[in-house]
Amino acid sequence: MLLLVKYTLLYMVVLMMVALGGMFSERSGIINIALEGIMVIGGLVGVLAAKFLALTPVWTVVISILAAGLAGMIYALLLGYASVHLKADQTIGGTALNILATAIAMVIAKRVNGTQAPKLDYVNAPFLFSIGDLELNVFIPLGIVLLLISYVILYKTRLGLRLRSCGEHPQAAASVGINVYKMRYIGVMASGFLGGIGGLAYIIPAVSIWNFEQGVTGMGFLALAVMIFGQWKPFRIFFAAIFFSLFRAMANIADSFPILKELNWPKEIYNMMPFIASMIVLAFSSKKSRAPKAEGIPYDTGAR
Amino acid sequence: MNDYVIEMLHIDKVFPGIKANDDITLQLRKGEIHALLGENGAGKSTLMSVLFGMYQPDGGEIRKDGKKVEIHNPNDANALGIGMVHQHFKLVEVFSVLDNIILGAEDVKMGMLKKKKAREKVVALSENYGLRVDPDALIEDISVGMQQRVEILKMLYRDNDILIFDEPTAVLTPQEIEELLQIMRNFAAEGKSILFITHKLNEIMAVADRCTVLRKGKCMGTVEVQNTTKEELSRMMVGRDVSMTVEKKDIAVGSVVLEVRDITVPGKFKKKDAVKNVSFEVRAGEIVCLAGIEGNGQTEFVAALTGLEAMSRGRIRLNGQDITNASVRARARAGISHIPEDRHKHGLVLDYSLEDNLVLQRYWEPAFQEGGFIKKGEVRRYAEKLIDEYDIRSGQGAVTVARSMSGGNQQKAIIAREVDRNCDLLVAVQPTRGLDVGAIENVHRQIEAVKNNRKAVLLVSLELDEVMSLSDRILVMYEGEIVGEFDPKTTTVQELGLYMAGARRQGEEDVFDEE
Amino acid sequence: MKNNKLRSVAVTILSALLCVVIGLVIGFAVLVGLSYASRSGSGAPFTFADVINDAYTKGFQRVLMGGWYGSGRVPRGIRSELAQAAPLIMTGLSVAFAFKTGLFNIGAAGQYAVGAFGALVCALVLKLPWYLCLIAAAVFGALWGAIPGIFKAYFNVNEVITAIMFNWIGLYGVNTILYGGGHGVMFNEKTSKTWAVAAKSSGSLIPDLKDLGANYIVRPATVGIFIAILIAVALWVILNKTTFGYELKACGFSKSAAKYAGINEKKNIILSMTISGALAGIGAGMYYLSDAAQWEPMVSTVLPAFGFDGISVALLASSHPLGTILSALFISHISTGGGFMDAMIFPPEIADVISGVIIYLCAFMMLFKNKIARLLSRKEKGGLH
Repeated sequence: MLLLVKYTLLYMVVLMMVALGGMFSERSGIINIALEGIMVIGGLVGVLAAKFLALTPVWTVVISILAAGLAGMIYALLLGYASVHLKADQTIGGTALNILATAIAMVIAKRVNGTQAPKLDYVNAPFLFSIGDLELNVFIPLGIVLLLISYVILYKTRLGLRLRSCGEHPQAAASVGINVYKMRYIGVMASGFLGGIGGLAYIIPAVSIWNFEQGVTGMGFLALAVMIFGQWKPFRIFFAAIFFSLFRAMANIADSFPILKELNWPKEIYNMMPFIASMIVLAFSSKKSRAPKAEGIPYDTGAR
Repeated sequence: MNDYVIEMLHIDKVFPGIKANDDITLQLRKGEIHALLGENGAGKSTLMSVLFGMYQPDGGEIRKDGKKVEIHNPNDANALGIGMVHQHFKLVEVFSVLDNIILGAEDVKMGMLKKKKAREKVVALSENYGLRVDPDALIEDISVGMQQRVEILKMLYRDNDILIFDEPTAVLTPQEIEELLQIMRNFAAEGKSILFITHKLNEIMAVADRCTVLRKGKCMGTVEVQNTTKEELSRMMVGRDVSMTVEKKDIAVGSVVLEVRDITVPGKFKKKDAVKNVSFEVRAGEIVCLAGIEGNGQTEFVAALTGLEAMSRGRIRLNGQDITNASVRARARAGISHIPEDRHKHGLVLDYSLEDNLVLQRYWEPAFQEGGFIKKGEVRRYAEKLIDEYDIRSGQGAVTVARSMSGGNQQKAIIAREVDRNCDLLVAVQPTRGLDVGAIENVHRQIEAVKNNRKAVLLVSLELDEVMSLSDRILVMYEGEIVGEFDPKTTTVQELGLYMAGARRQGEEDVFDEE
Repeated sequence: MKNNKLRSVAVTILSALLCVVIGLVIGFAVLVGLSYASRSGSGAPFTFADVINDAYTKGFQRVLMGGWYGSGRVPRGIRSELAQAAPLIMTGLSVAFAFKTGLFNIGAAGQYAVGAFGALVCALVLKLPWYLCLIAAAVFGALWGAIPGIFKAYFNVNEVITAIMFNWIGLYGVNTILYGGGHGVMFNEKTSKTWAVAAKSSGSLIPDLKDLGANYIVRPATVGIFIAILIAVALWVILNKTTFGYELKACGFSKSAAKYAGINEKKNIILSMTISGALAGIGAGMYYLSDAAQWEPMVSTVLPAFGFDGISVALLASSHPLGTILSALFISHISTGGGFMDAMIFPPEIADVISGVIIYLCAFMMLFKNKIARLLSRKEKGGLH
């Protein structure tokens, strides 16, 4: 049972942070399908920082998290540039970044290793701590803080009000002097920051070696489903993330959970579950769901 | 010499392929209401966008109080005291009224929103000027008239004293228009200067001090309204004499073509039904007009009638045949042709060529396909016939991409396609929206011809002048219901207005009157 | 009139070439960076010219030469290049066909996996002749493609999301069954892959042109490449000459206008995705029925690359079915070449980087097109006044 809680929390915080990232981007009007790739890049850079910077444990944690966030942010700027300035198709741009991210990560991981295997090992102890028998990681409290901050920014600040207006009606925002480009860049960069940290949060706490050939195994896409199910709202995203992570955690505990063990299903079945669950959920929620109205539509200042 | 608050001198603005503003000069005095008159496409909106900082002029200069100024964005305009009510409201639908008013001019403390003072100011302004709004209501829940009041409050909240109104009366009832004109007079009396963009001559005569006329991007001059007439303004605007009245033939009305009973259509995101229990008939040889303010269920009704959206209740009969559950295609085959409200969204596949668009409703007919293969030659021949008959002008004839055609010619193409199918019922929704006077006359003639051909016409229009001049019967729709039926010969625009605003409805008040 | 069409074709081709060139330049830059890292890692002194030289001779040149790199009258590389081009044309067509109808089939990877499964079951278990196996691959792929179509049409779920989810579901499902806990009938425990088709059912192998003396088109290359080209031509005819194509494209350009015209847009969405899925499935069949490679169920968390490469192929071809043939040959060419690079210095994924960059660039192909078109017209008019 403890194990279930552990893994649920682990995945919940990943899905939540990345989905919050997606929320900022889409609320500003940019569909961010590149979350998966952003996670890979953030995870890669974070892992490299943790591996090679010989720092005290506390600094290792702080610096590698910041490195992951910044790397995700910079990578997300590629999406921002394509979709804000060049008015490219956001879905295609995002897909390109996903493919590119895995390729880049493999090239770099292989080079760093000096072998043909794109695997990196690292020490994850500084990221972990325990309460009683429950093993937790630093991303869990961090995620909760980021959730609260996200909520406040989105609903209580000038920035949030303006950001949301750009995702709903950019022409209206522009007519009152709001710089739509700037807001959309901010949205995309926020999603890169959260997505990058999310990538590290997925890779580092669970295992001490990661094969970058598998990217982040679709977690970025699951986060998109979490965001839709969460209706682009912070606290609903939080609950959606708990729901999805429960399914995801099952795969990890199947061997050690008596009832599940008896079923003796292959692990792949559990791996499939969150995806199947997300499809069922989306099938029932999508008709009513109200995405930001202007998302996916390039904004053109000069257009007539 | 400087009693002008704003001067736009020799403004040029070029878009690829078109000179939207060509050496235009407009001078606004303090405290005056200055009308800007011109047809659709004459360059009014471009000129105002230049003044508001949305576009940069390619030539000329702007002066405020005699000093040259540069306006690079709406913030600059706002800093100069210029505010604008846009033709298409710039409001975020899912935001509250208050959030929309403060957006871009928020009070903050360390980045956090402070709304208390803002709310007090909005409430005070709304009381002062009689602009009733509920600060906490969401935009999507309030009426178009109230949305416009929010737009006006946005300007007042920013303490603007140069107010631009871009076609503000298009969405209002006659009574609301009267109210708005009074508010504008009050503003002027207070010393605010007003630019009033319109193509309606009556309103100019009623409220404006001076009027600048644009035609095809050029300035035709500025006149004192006192010293001119509607006819003269009209001539300046169009370049020739126009008679806006259509010659109406009285045709013997034939049998019932369309019969709808108790049509009810559910709302999209709201619980309220968009259309409620609508029943009426249209007969051969008559034009029945569905009048009302935008957003009162007309769009949804037409969507249900033509099969584009599902309805929750009701029956539709066409020539006695029940088509309630028929598909869009089956309805078209049964004899409905449809000039849609949004020619870009529905009426045309914009990236298809003109010829492909001209067969959009009949490419499946044996005349145009054999065994699933399209007879390209036949399509070309038919397209060229329509292009010729209906005078559709385009750069490269039949192969022109529809997107590159002018709005007027796009509409001509749609009308050609729909009228040429020679159906028993023509449903025409706002067929003259956004067209210039010449094109409007053309469309009116076509619709009249369909009627004279002993077909039935259901016209949906927001323009009361059009409603009065074209229709044989008028049905007024308010909040999804038909609240009255009128004969254009015996009713007045004012009377229709009361019904359109929901202030009256037939049935109830008839009884009331008799007591 | 003809002139206009010609020009728009020229503009499209030029902008695709521009994407390719920029992609290659960036790829070269990465190679230079890697060879610099390798040289400086070795400790021996070196000049910048050495770095460039390494990057070119040990890497870039081989990418450019693709299958031609290597010895022998008929380089083996060309055969494997053709063997890869066939499925790439198919996944490219899969994505391109969906694009034409306004849908983004990011699910080609999943449809490919499920199609491969169908082909392998028919070949390894049922031992059916190759054409039936290929049809089975199409049917399996079609089923998997239909699902996002159904979700889009009836539940209003974006096809991209559904397709992504079903990529994973398909992949995990196929792997689970093929692996069968290590004892699956189709699983060869020695190689950790599925059995080679030749070993189990030689009649299920797609024929090559050995007897006709066409030396390039022998195993692993097969007649699959011709089938792929034929299918591309057939799709071009369907899209441009038939009412079905007219309807599909109308849906793609404007769903609302298509609906207005009485076109059943739900049916067309599902049909289009089904056909897309079938195309991807056939692609998988062509690959695995040629014994070019065997499926590896143990590599359980990596989606088949052909599915995603199909996106590059389609984008590079501006979704034109015939252009797809050329762009598939190109992508196959550089990824074959990528395999010939000195793996100690350059990981073969460089080819993926290049194709990723190309997709990224394709995302704003419209911008390139407009720029090029403007350049062309300026030349004609002798400059804007």
